[in-house]
Amino acid sequence: MNGAALATRGLNKSFGSLVVAKDVELVLPHGVRYALIGPNGAGKTTLINLITGMLRPDTGRIFLGEDDITSLAPEARVRRGLARTFQINALFPQLSALEAVTLAVCERRGFAGVWWRGLPEYRDAADEAHAILASLLLGEHCYRLTHELSYGQQRLLEIALALATRPRVLLLDEPAAGVPRDESAELFAAISGLANDLTVLFIEHDMDIVFRFAARIIVMVSGGILVEGTPDEVAEDTRVREVYLGKAHHG
Amino acid sequence: MAGAAPEGVTPHQYLENQTRWRRVEIAFWLATLLPFVVTPTYLSLASQIAITALFALSLDLILGYAGIVSLGHAAFFGLGAYTAGLMSKFVWGEPLTGLVAAAAIAGLVGFATSFIIARFRHLALIMITLGLGLLLHEAANSASWLTGGADGLQGVDIWPLLGAFKFDLYGRTAYAYSLVVLALMFLVARRLIHSPFGLALRGIRENAVRMSAIGAPNRSHVRKVYTISAVIAGIAGALLAQTTETVSLEVLSFERSADVLVILILGGAGRLYGGILGAIIYMVARDQFSGINPQFWYFWIGLLLVAVVMLLPNGILGGLARFAERWQGGRR
Ligand SMILES: Nc1ncnc2c1ncn2[C@@H]1O[C@H](COP(=O)(O)OP(=O)(O)O)[C@@H](O)[C@H]1O
Ligand SMILES: [Mg+2]
Repeated sequence: MNGAALATRGLNKSFGSLVVAKDVELVLPHGVRYALIGPNGAGKTTLINLITGMLRPDTGRIFLGEDDITSLAPEARVRRGLARTFQINALFPQLSALEAVTLAVCERRGFAGVWWRGLPEYRDAADEAHAILASLLLGEHCYRLTHELSYGQQRLLEIALALATRPRVLLLDEPAAGVPRDESAELFAAISGLANDLTVLFIEHDMDIVFRFAARIIVMVSGGILVEGTPDEVAEDTRVREVYLGKAHHG
Repeated sequence: MAGAAPEGVTPHQYLENQTRWRRVEIAFWLATLLPFVVTPTYLSLASQIAITALFALSLDLILGYAGIVSLGHAAFFGLGAYTAGLMSKFVWGEPLTGLVAAAAIAGLVGFATSFIIARFRHLALIMITLGLGLLLHEAANSASWLTGGADGLQGVDIWPLLGAFKFDLYGRTAYAYSLVVLALMFLVARRLIHSPFGLALRGIRENAVRMSAIGAPNRSHVRKVYTISAVIAGIAGALLAQTTETVSLEVLSFERSADVLVILILGGAGRLYGGILGAIIYMVARDQFSGINPQFWYFWIGLLLVAVVMLLPNGILGGLARFAERWQGGRR
């Protein structure tokens, strides 16, 4: 546990007879870029849901730093520095991009409950939100309503919202899902440019991207972790070749 | 609300621009003074409209902003009305303290029930609010030793406002009083929706799951706005009790809950003025139609409701706003 930013102990979860998490033991050290790969239905999104508290595990414990967060509500975990994005956009359609990120900043700074002062009085919150949007190339589009943004811009807004919570650990569920290949490289360049002390775990199917941007890779199959290692180790692992890469090569 | 902003606008300017008073708003509030000179014989109606508008405003805060559908909001209106009525009967008839007492009682009950409300959404929420409303109505009916039951509360006697203005037959004091309270409460609501909290409420309405994912305490937000809404509804009920010097079970009725919902949807939820506009249209129309054939009232309202919801999903005010945008766009 020493020095781990995020860890899980014996995490299990079933939907009826379908086992989606099988004794998952995860240890993510500080500041490392992790890729979580595995075939569709392997339980990757479910694992993120378990870690962030959107699903309750059947058994097992989750640690953020030294703290056991297993019984905390999702929002409490976020306030302790655990943020996520969604595989399928989960945004605020009728808020402008700036409003959405400003909202996240207000929540983090603890004045989102203030109803007797105008939002414009919190000038630095809006400025911070704008800076986050600008860092993700959304500066020029920040006054547009979320539902008017292009799909790719909405994917970036997903990340902007997560960053506005100032996470220590960031879980990205297929951030580039549905984004054209050339744009997804750009998107991952932005991700790899994030602060060094931030621990990032991202789910991604494109192996080029995974090998380029991940320092370590976790391979998940049928709810269990098959292999964890550096890209080279994973690439040479015969089980991975069989179960995952092998299949991808043939199909 | 958030339209396209011209180039070179700073985030701060953009946010300020959204909270700016529009000319049409100022014109509207000036126009609320017109009944004093134009229709001085209709001031009682004008007062009732202002009270209904205030009630609709309270519902707008939870429905239009936080997305909490309530079919039992008359509970708080009725609590306010009975509190003000009973206060005048058993303590004294001073209206402003009666208003404060009504706000406090409605707020307390609102706060207590908000713990249930905050746990549910959608259909469950509609049923719970409906149930709480029916429950309170029946409780008031049974407690006839206190409320007068179906006969209504007897002996409501309100002293002159500020010790100087008697509640006259023409409703001049009544309208002035209701209008001032409406305007003050409107300022509070307007400030609220333009605050960080107002933004958080819109966030809950738009996507409660994402709100948790940015660390938002949804339940505590909902509890807070529900309590505030109950306070405002209670004040509206107290105004009705005081200006008409009567309180009957009707203030707690399901019809009153349904009417205010219809009024808000007709006018346009989530835009502050929607409830006011809805109240004006609804009350004036009902007053005009009632002379002809009152039994057809709900037929026409039903028809209007279906038409508005089908053609103008954002209510009459939403339709007007879109029309104004097009018209301005066309002129450019
Ligand atoms: N809420 C749920 N109820 C029942 N089954 C679910 C639920 N969520 C996911 N599943 C199932 O769990 C399995 C793993 O899903 P998921 O974690 O989304 O996979 P991945 O993200 O790796 O593609 C899938 O078979 C999926 O159908
Ligand atoms: Mg998935």
